[in-house]
Amino acid sequence: MPERASTLTLPSTAPSTKLAWPRLAWNGLNPRRAVTPLVVLLLWQAGSSLGYIPSRTVASPLAVLAALRELMASGALPHHLGVSLLRVVAGLSIAIVLGTVLALSAGLSKLGDDLIDAPIQMARTLPFLALVPLFILWFGIGETPKIALVALGSIFPIYLNLYAGIRGTDPKLIEAASTLGLSRAALIRHVVLPAALPNALTGLRYAIGISWLSLVVGEQINADAGIGYLMMDARDFMRTDIIMVGLLVYAMLGLLSDQGVRALERHALAWRPSARMGR
Amino acid sequence: MSGDTRVRGLVRRFGPTAVLDGLDLDVPEGAFIALLGRSGSGKTTLLRTLAGLDTAEQGEVTLPPSRAVVFQEPRLMPWKRVWENVALGLHGAGARDKAEQALREVELQHRIDAWPLTLSGGEAQRAGLARALVRDPDLLLLDEPFASLDALTRLRMQGLVANLWSRHGMSALLVTHDVDEALLLADHAVVLQAGRIGMQLRIDLARPRRHSDPNFAALRSELLRALGLTEDLAA
Repeated sequence: MPERASTLTLPSTAPSTKLAWPRLAWNGLNPRRAVTPLVVLLLWQAGSSLGYIPSRTVASPLAVLAALRELMASGALPHHLGVSLLRVVAGLSIAIVLGTVLALSAGLSKLGDDLIDAPIQMARTLPFLALVPLFILWFGIGETPKIALVALGSIFPIYLNLYAGIRGTDPKLIEAASTLGLSRAALIRHVVLPAALPNALTGLRYAIGISWLSLVVGEQINADAGIGYLMMDARDFMRTDIIMVGLLVYAMLGLLSDQGVRALERHALAWRPSARMGR
Repeated sequence: MSGDTRVRGLVRRFGPTAVLDGLDLDVPEGAFIALLGRSGSGKTTLLRTLAGLDTAEQGEVTLPPSRAVVFQEPRLMPWKRVWENVALGLHGAGARDKAEQALREVELQHRIDAWPLTLSGGEAQRAGLARALVRDPDLLLLDEPFASLDALTRLRMQGLVANLWSRHGMSALLVTHDVDEALLLADHAVVLQAGRIGMQLRIDLARPRRHSDPNFAALRSELLRALGLTEDLAA
């Protein structure tokens, strides 16, 4: 009996201290998690300084930092960044508006479903980046083909996720709403669209990821401004430091836009238990 | 009377089998009817027909002007706060006041602004009840509303429904498996058999009802026999 009592009291304290560690780590408070990246950076810098890593291959971290400072001071980076941002915002806006209209039409009406869904499902199997040559023929080499490429790439996740969300609305909730005397418009507004919102936001996150990807491709062909152009131009002069700055900027843009959508999700989906529990 | 519910010759088939086969039922204005029957006897189909969620092939249904349904699952919109769920479908100003009043009636005033997914099972079902009450229905349709609650919560909810019914004076139709629940709440117990009303039992117990009422046990045996069970088995 006394043995039993001791096994009962011990676990109540032990697991709580064990569980505290991973949670701290997830919040980024655990300094151990920064060790590996720092070591890699130091080795990289040391390798460059000692001549083991030629700057033709990859510039050293300090050189990248210097290039970043130089590009900021000359105003080149803000200029190219602005051009790139404008392309993504324009393309993404077109995709959001068009994708939402198409998904609502297909999701909410039988006629719309028959007319819209099948062609979109066919078109999405096409690797859209393969359309670049056609787009250049159609739209020339100005801003239009780049914006069109971003729009085309990101329209599919917007459409597919919103459509799936609308179609996946719990029929039991629709039934309950119809016993409350809701009109069709009110049913769509109060039940179907909020039910589809989590899916729609997931679609938005994918769409943003794809729009950066499309931009990278679009800007490396016949561009005279933008982050992609900056990198291709630097290639001609073997400026790996500037190429690295471009990569860094792309990474930051992807990270920031993803964080933005996550913030939007936390706000718009506050009703979900996971939205409250996840930090 | 305009508040009566009348069903005549209702037929509903799923494939070759007729779940409802020429069913007649009356719910007089203000009456509380419990609808019992084995699984698959068509209880829920009948209730869904009265709620306008299912269409019968044949028959005639006369309904009072306003109906409200409480389902087995609460079926609250998780993205609307509790009071917004209750007020859903109400028009005009004062919707929030009406919702708050209904929530007070079901003793849920402290969760008015809560998200539905944070409610306990009993709280969610009370919110569902408030959502039905706020419409001031002439006929309240209850589809096994307490089936998934624990025994203690179920007893509290049954008491609450009995109170609300006697205060509001609406008609009520309760679909249930639970013989005791029928005896605690209803004026009449109706047993569905082979798609029709097999047996009707008048429940003449004084309200508020108690399990300890000497007539309770006798009515219980009678109802269990009608459901094809002996008391020993059901105990």
